[in-house]
Amino acid sequence: MLTNKRLILAHFWLAFIVFAVALVLGAWQMFVRSPLNAWHINPELYYRSVTAHGSAMGYVFPTLIAMGFGYAITEASLEKPLVGRSWAWAGFLLVAAGAVVAMVPVSLGLASVLYTFYPPMIGNPFYYIGVVMVVVGSWIWVALMSINFVAWKRENPGKPVPLAMFANVAGSLLWGWTAVGAALEILFQILPVALGLRSSIDAGLARVFFSWTLHAIVYFWLMPTYIAYYTIFPRAIGGRLYSDAMARISFILFVVVAMPIGVHHLFADPQVGAGFKFMHSVFTGLVALPTLLTVFTICASAEIASRLRGGRGAFGWIKALPWSNPIMLATALSLVMLGFGGAGGLINMSYQLDTTVHNTQWITGHFHLIFGGAIVIMYFAIAYDLWPHLTGRALESFGLMRTQLWLWFIGMIVTTFPWHYVGVLGMPRRMAFYDYANPAISPEAFSVAMSAVGGLILLISGALFLLVLVRGQLGARGEADAYRFAVPLHMPVRIPAALNSFGLWLALMVGLTVVNYGFPIAQLIALNETSVPAVYVGVGR
Amino acid sequence: MTTDTEHSLGEAVAQRIERRWATLSIVIVGLLVGMAAYIGIHQATMPQGRVETADPRTLHISGEFIESNLGSAVEADGSVTVRAIGQQYSFTPQCVVVPAETPITFRATSADVVHGFLIEGTNINTMLVPGYVSELPVRFKASGEHVMPCQEFCGIGHQGMWGKVKVVDKAAFLNMAAAKRRLTCVD
Repeated sequence: MLTNKRLILAHFWLAFIVFAVALVLGAWQMFVRSPLNAWHINPELYYRSVTAHGSAMGYVFPTLIAMGFGYAITEASLEKPLVGRSWAWAGFLLVAAGAVVAMVPVSLGLASVLYTFYPPMIGNPFYYIGVVMVVVGSWIWVALMSINFVAWKRENPGKPVPLAMFANVAGSLLWGWTAVGAALEILFQILPVALGLRSSIDAGLARVFFSWTLHAIVYFWLMPTYIAYYTIFPRAIGGRLYSDAMARISFILFVVVAMPIGVHHLFADPQVGAGFKFMHSVFTGLVALPTLLTVFTICASAEIASRLRGGRGAFGWIKALPWSNPIMLATALSLVMLGFGGAGGLINMSYQLDTTVHNTQWITGHFHLIFGGAIVIMYFAIAYDLWPHLTGRALESFGLMRTQLWLWFIGMIVTTFPWHYVGVLGMPRRMAFYDYANPAISPEAFSVAMSAVGGLILLISGALFLLVLVRGQLGARGEADAYRFAVPLHMPVRIPAALNSFGLWLALMVGLTVVNYGFPIAQLIALNETSVPAVYVGVGR
Repeated sequence: MTTDTEHSLGEAVAQRIERRWATLSIVIVGLLVGMAAYIGIHQATMPQGRVETADPRTLHISGEFIESNLGSAVEADGSVTVRAIGQQYSFTPQCVVVPAETPITFRATSADVVHGFLIEGTNINTMLVPGYVSELPVRFKASGEHVMPCQEFCGIGHQGMWGKVKVVDKAAFLNMAAAKRRLTCVD
């Protein structure tokens, strides 16, 4: 029962428009830094573009998807209208306004500091204010998700909260807490300097705060994808979810262990000691657990669907899956990319192996494969699945959808595999151009050119995606059925309170963050004379 | 009634398979973490143990990072210490000279924003954060030349920040060191 269709559609449309603009920038960046570009550009334009691409893709696009999808889940799974509809619109407007406020100084070249901020470089204050507005807008959504969750539980005592909503609330709580790290960095460290109230900043402490956000934000991006795996995919291919309880355990594990692991981004940093780096490395290993559980449950759910369709044999059932169904295709391609990206992630989590690839193109390849590949392809699937229910018009271009999904997959592989390779060769990331005539760099030239071709394929796929959505918006009217989520094979009648609420898990999430971050942060705050002069950046400075 | 029993039987089987997979997952993760711990404890590669500070405002006036102290120095125990600084958009020294087959300690910091360096063809890779000293032990197997790019975005000149490392024969290095206290490629 979707009553606030306009609200949800507004989130999705804005998300995909932002995505399209950032995609064009990304493809342009791939080209200008490759040997295919005959002459160098002004490097400042490149870093300006990287800042816009990163901020849009990292902060605005996935946040809007999570919010829009979250409202859809709330209404469809709880089967009642959203509580706090006007607050939801306020959050949306805040995110939209924040995106504009942040992007104006970036476009003018006043804040080319990249989306990771990198103090002591300091850009125009409006860039940071815009980012804060986006985050505060999303916090309204975080609050609304919990309010709706609690209200439903009060009306339905003893009943299990639908899995989709449980997972959705898990994602919102994860984001609410993980955003605190960057918020502390911006509000207490960067903004006072950007506004001219202070002139020095502790860059090491800022990096620790940012790492608190930087890793768990990836799991926030991942949440809609995992929700789609568990609650859309089995239904879309005509099957059942293998296990409801295991799904809940996976989402709970994300809430608890996604946060206290961010220092693995600081393995090569001098301001955190070896002990805490090891602690965070161990917890990074733990966060592989929910993904391993998910891969099992989703593959088992696919097998159930296939056997219901008459699939036979130990592996023969794979052939009997409904491959012409875009959701089936998207999920399979997503899992392949998750497999490669996850394997890369296990390499990154080890301090010893990370020294080979730290801050090389390997890392760029890794997170584009996971986020741009495994995660975003499921955002497409979510949109394809929801669109008829939101617009009241059927999506009929199945062939076009399949082409689009395949192109995205191929484009992502062609982009990221060469990136991983040149990373192992030691190619540094985030450079506007390279001297390919240098014999030390020339072996990397061909791979960089390949990546640029991948960027072009992704651009074509992105255009096809928008085409499908626009055609859906203009298609023939026809009332869609009520939006449903996958049903588990064994419907839980009663479930333990621990798998139906978040109190304990929130306490663990905050507690573990305090344990794993408390000492490094306290140590840096206590250290004297680590504040260094700010370096203001921007055109004309 | 029979279908009910079959149903609960099926559920029990499903749960058993699921538990097995969960156990296997835990074993896999445990094994990976154990490997990392083993390598770490045996000191094959470990992050630097403690946090050291250096004020970028006074680097050039006092302390170990004054200009005349930068470069490669032979220590009393025969090891070599390399002191270097990263700044927008170069390293000092821009070309580091080191001996092969010798224990070397890199000590480096930044004079302005966050930089980093990696030495291509090796596992040497570290961040330079202003206010803090990065220290890492390294050893080069063979003589040769390596590029040493800054690997962290440090401003609009970042793409031009490439240093160099020249690894020379140990005897040749000691010869050079006999004549001069601090060595760089240009000596």
